[in-house]
Amino acid sequence: MLLALAATALVALALLSDLIVPRLDDLWGRWRARRQRAPTWSYDPGRDRRAEQRARALLRSCVNEEEWAMYRDLGLLRVWGTLADGPEDAGGTGGAPYAYIIYPHRPIIAYLAQTHRLLNEYCVTFPDETRPYGSSRLPDSDDVLAKWMALTGDERRLIATANMHLPGRQLDPAQVRRDLWRLSQWERARMRQLAGGDGTTTPPDRQSAA
Amino acid sequence: MKPGHGEVLIAEGDVERADDEQRLIEEFRRQLDAGLWAAVPVADKEGRRESIMVRTFEEIPWDADRVIFFPRAAGGR
Repeated sequence: MLLALAATALVALALLSDLIVPRLDDLWGRWRARRQRAPTWSYDPGRDRRAEQRARALLRSCVNEEEWAMYRDLGLLRVWGTLADGPEDAGGTGGAPYAYIIYPHRPIIAYLAQTHRLLNEYCVTFPDETRPYGSSRLPDSDDVLAKWMALTGDERRLIATANMHLPGRQLDPAQVRRDLWRLSQWERARMRQLAGGDGTTTPPDRQSAA
Repeated sequence: MKPGHGEVLIAEGDVERADDEQRLIEEFRRQLDAGLWAAVPVADKEGRRESIMVRTFEEIPWDADRVIFFPRAAGGR
């Protein structure tokens, strides 16, 4: 009798194994998954700040003293254009000197140096496709340095890479003209200081400095 | 340049030492293969600063003290 029951149980177990084994396997997998330690990402509020400090030090070591002071005081950097007839798509400058204003993470602005007429906005980014830390944005000063290196190293290529727009698409032309005015004031004050002036010159307001 | 990190030292060495030079060349190629641009900041006699974009190790000025790699430019919005 007992033997018959055991044999019946074995047969039933064998027949039900197709249903039971996957469930057991699934339960085992879930139990192991619960036991595994989930990776934790600790937020470091000082990381971006330290990155920006390193980026500022690198920028300072690459540009000259005047350019560094310009960026420190005004939050922008000016780069003179070198193409004979101005940047492409700007309609030609007739040989007039032109320059670019670099803002961190904003479009590059091309303008005529003497009249301050805005020529174009050049939208360019430097995305890190690897995204190892969840963000593709460079620190502000690194973004400025990347634009400075690309403009001074190969102006034509950078301008060809950028998306060109008419002035005013992203940056308010009035704000840009105001920044150009601040820049000219800043240069005058600096010239007076370098020429041994009274040293009491008031720097232009810094409300749009980075 | 790295998002969230700023400047990161990748490799350093003396190009006059053969083993160092080989290591620097390999690292240079690895960075360019990863899609980065390379630039060498330089200064002229008048103190004007600019950069030289380099595409091969041979284009790096002999007296350059560093090469900066940064993400390739792309059109933005």
